[in-house]
Amino acid sequence: MSTPHKDEITGVETTGHEWDDIRELNNPLPKWWVYTFYATIVWSLAYFVFMPSWPVFWNGEWTALEGVLGYSQRGAVTEELAAIEEGRADYMQAIAATDISKIQANPELMELAVAGGKALFGDNCAPCHGSGAQGFKGYPNLNDDNWIWGGTLEAIQTTITHGIRWELDDDTRFNMMPRFLTDGILSREEVGNVTDYVLAISGQGEMTEGAEAGAEIFAQQCAACHGESGAGNQELGAPNLTDAIWLYGGNRSDIYESIAKARAGVMPAWGGRLTDAEIKELTLYVHTLGGGQ
Amino acid sequence: MAASKEAGAGTFGAATLGVGAAFVLGAFLSIYIAAKTHEAAMATHATFFLLFFVFGLFALGKRHFDALERGPAPQAQDGVQYSDGVIRAGVIATLFWGIAGFAVGVLIAFQLAFPVLNFDVSWLSFGRLRPLHTSAVIFAFGGNALIATSFYAVQRTCKTRLAGDIAPWFVFWGYQLFIVLAATGYLMGVTQSKEYAEPEWYVDLWLTIVWVVYLLVFLVTLAKRREPHIYVANWFYLAFIVTIAMLHIGNNLSIPVSLLSVKSYTFFGGVQDALIQWWYGHNAVGFFLTAGFLGMMYYFVPKRAERPVYSYRLSIIHFWALIFLYIWAGPHHLHFTALPDWAQTLGMTFSIMLWMPSWGGMINGLMTLSGAWDKLRTDPVIRMLVVSIAFYGMSTFEGPVMSIKAVNSLSHYTDWTIGHVHSGALGWVGFVSFGAIYCLVPWLWRRKELYSLALVSWHFWVATLGIVLYITSMWVSGIMQGLMWRAYNDLGLLEYSFVETVEAMHPFYIIRGLGGVLFLLGALIMVYNVYRTIRGDVRQGEKLDAAPAGSGQIIATPAE
Repeated sequence: MSTPHKDEITGVETTGHEWDDIRELNNPLPKWWVYTFYATIVWSLAYFVFMPSWPVFWNGEWTALEGVLGYSQRGAVTEELAAIEEGRADYMQAIAATDISKIQANPELMELAVAGGKALFGDNCAPCHGSGAQGFKGYPNLNDDNWIWGGTLEAIQTTITHGIRWELDDDTRFNMMPRFLTDGILSREEVGNVTDYVLAISGQGEMTEGAEAGAEIFAQQCAACHGESGAGNQELGAPNLTDAIWLYGGNRSDIYESIAKARAGVMPAWGGRLTDAEIKELTLYVHTLGGGQ
Repeated sequence: MAASKEAGAGTFGAATLGVGAAFVLGAFLSIYIAAKTHEAAMATHATFFLLFFVFGLFALGKRHFDALERGPAPQAQDGVQYSDGVIRAGVIATLFWGIAGFAVGVLIAFQLAFPVLNFDVSWLSFGRLRPLHTSAVIFAFGGNALIATSFYAVQRTCKTRLAGDIAPWFVFWGYQLFIVLAATGYLMGVTQSKEYAEPEWYVDLWLTIVWVVYLLVFLVTLAKRREPHIYVANWFYLAFIVTIAMLHIGNNLSIPVSLLSVKSYTFFGGVQDALIQWWYGHNAVGFFLTAGFLGMMYYFVPKRAERPVYSYRLSIIHFWALIFLYIWAGPHHLHFTALPDWAQTLGMTFSIMLWMPSWGGMINGLMTLSGAWDKLRTDPVIRMLVVSIAFYGMSTFEGPVMSIKAVNSLSHYTDWTIGHVHSGALGWVGFVSFGAIYCLVPWLWRRKELYSLALVSWHFWVATLGIVLYITSMWVSGIMQGLMWRAYNDLGLLEYSFVETVEAMHPFYIIRGLGGVLFLLGALIMVYNVYRTIRGDVRQGEKLDAAPAGSGQIIATPAE
């Protein structure tokens, strides 16, 4: 049904077909288009020769052409990792073999360890403690000298290795503050009184009548862990309540909530996930952040 | 179908009774599921199904009595009574879902920059709104645009009425139900966690039914064409419909926990599941967002420019090359994963070979303008269509480049991918659809011209600026992100922590969000323009030197 027809503007013949006033010119394929298309096909064929490509049935099983270069992604990444390992093998061995306090005394080794610790911190710790280790509500600030479980090299190393309330690790740091209101140990009024007392000893409130009552309860219920003066006990992981540093907030409702329902933050144990040498690096890095003891 | 011939005697033929019976059964099944299920989400969705079937039954009844009153419909254009009502509905649905999808996109763009905008409400969290955005723009906006334009183009180029009287409307409303089920499901947390295939099993089954009816309507219309040949736009539309059916069924094979539960388990496991997913995912891009919209381009560009298609031979070669090569390219989404090396090689090489077949469409589209380049100056609709083809060319070049493993090792998982997708989505899919809508609205509502070409020009410039902001910010952000991730020092230690890369991207996230705002603003200008056009208004004081495209269209004066 095609009738010969020529486009007036370009002078090119059309195919003679017409649909809803649309016609088609009978132009040839653009040469550059055809040759570029061929080139991509040739390039692909060559790539098949050099790199792993088509699946084949060979010696009774399905496998794939390996390619003459013998490249494999897993092989390549194994090599790259091995090269990195080799590049730092010397100093990692030195760190692994040296006692952590002696590393501190060796400036060259210390510099390498802190650099490694910084990278490890960014990948493993920053999501909770912040990229600057400044902490967030529920996640302690590591830049200050206020430590819950101790700020010595040894204490930090233990915390990182075994975590806090991390049940998969038998040696994890563990304590459990009672939920004084939820578990019915104290009444609402009593919790309120203790709250007032804590506000008073942390310098945020007056020693009111309620706070006086709270002091008596504190002596019975809280002093065993937090100390008679409320100054805390790092052996037990009991925070100091007399300073202005609060893990879960220091206003009245935050403190009330902490006493009523208790808090039990969790930190994973990194032993087993990181090598001992890496944990040493992290320990030294955290120790240098400002508050190491 | 028979129904239209017997219109004077009502429409209670076999088709009506069959569909009615199916709706009654569907309604009872919906009641059963809604009553028995223990899941709030399933009860909600069963209720939606029930409403659909009940309203469907009323619609069938109304249609019957309307036909009794009205008598036989008159013959019209070219001696063919084209079925245009469903296309008008499709254009309005396209606009509605477009605005919704763009708006959610803007919100989630700002959520990335300012997480407080999640409002601590699970329904509004990024994880649920992100699939809502992608589904709304791809399937709701893009899908409605494709269904509407394919129904229009296939009728005109086959010079015959759309097959079926109920079927096209069933496709339209069934597809809207699919969108509502998918979208509300995401908000309630119902997902099978496959990208671009998030809806659960019962929604997938429903879409399968709708899609098969769509395929049948299209095929039967082609079969009863009154032209000797099938026009190229229809090849692309058909390839889109057939392949999407295959991909949709393949990737959604799963086993429901029970008839009463929204939950299902996918048929494949591990890396096989990943490969099937990206076979689907990449070809959703290839056949939904490329082939389908090329069909749109092949009808609306020559029609609006009133010029012949540049090369028939090129259209044949690039069509078959595109169809054959695209289906292999999916594995490039899984470079450097557990997917075996050989499969990655095939994904990469076929993506490279795909470059020229993709560009065939660009050449044919752009060169169709030869002899009519002056229209770029005078007709902002043509400008929009041409720029869409330019974005198509750019993103189909960028895609093969990014599929090269060496490039991909930098670009993968970064914002570069997001920028790439949006240069295709905003630039190509968005603009070619806007161009088609600007053509269609005066044709469908029998208006002489659009309300305002100046507003089209405003839409064009505002949206183009938005796209430029979007993709340039994502290039910078993505490449920076990739470089920061891979930065090592001499000791093999990472230079940057992940958190630092997120902090560094913050300003670019804001620029991206502003780009989205501009794109949304442009679309709102379009909605206003379309609304005034439908009302029959013409803006005073505009020079109308652009030819109202398309001789052979009925031009009537507005009813007002």
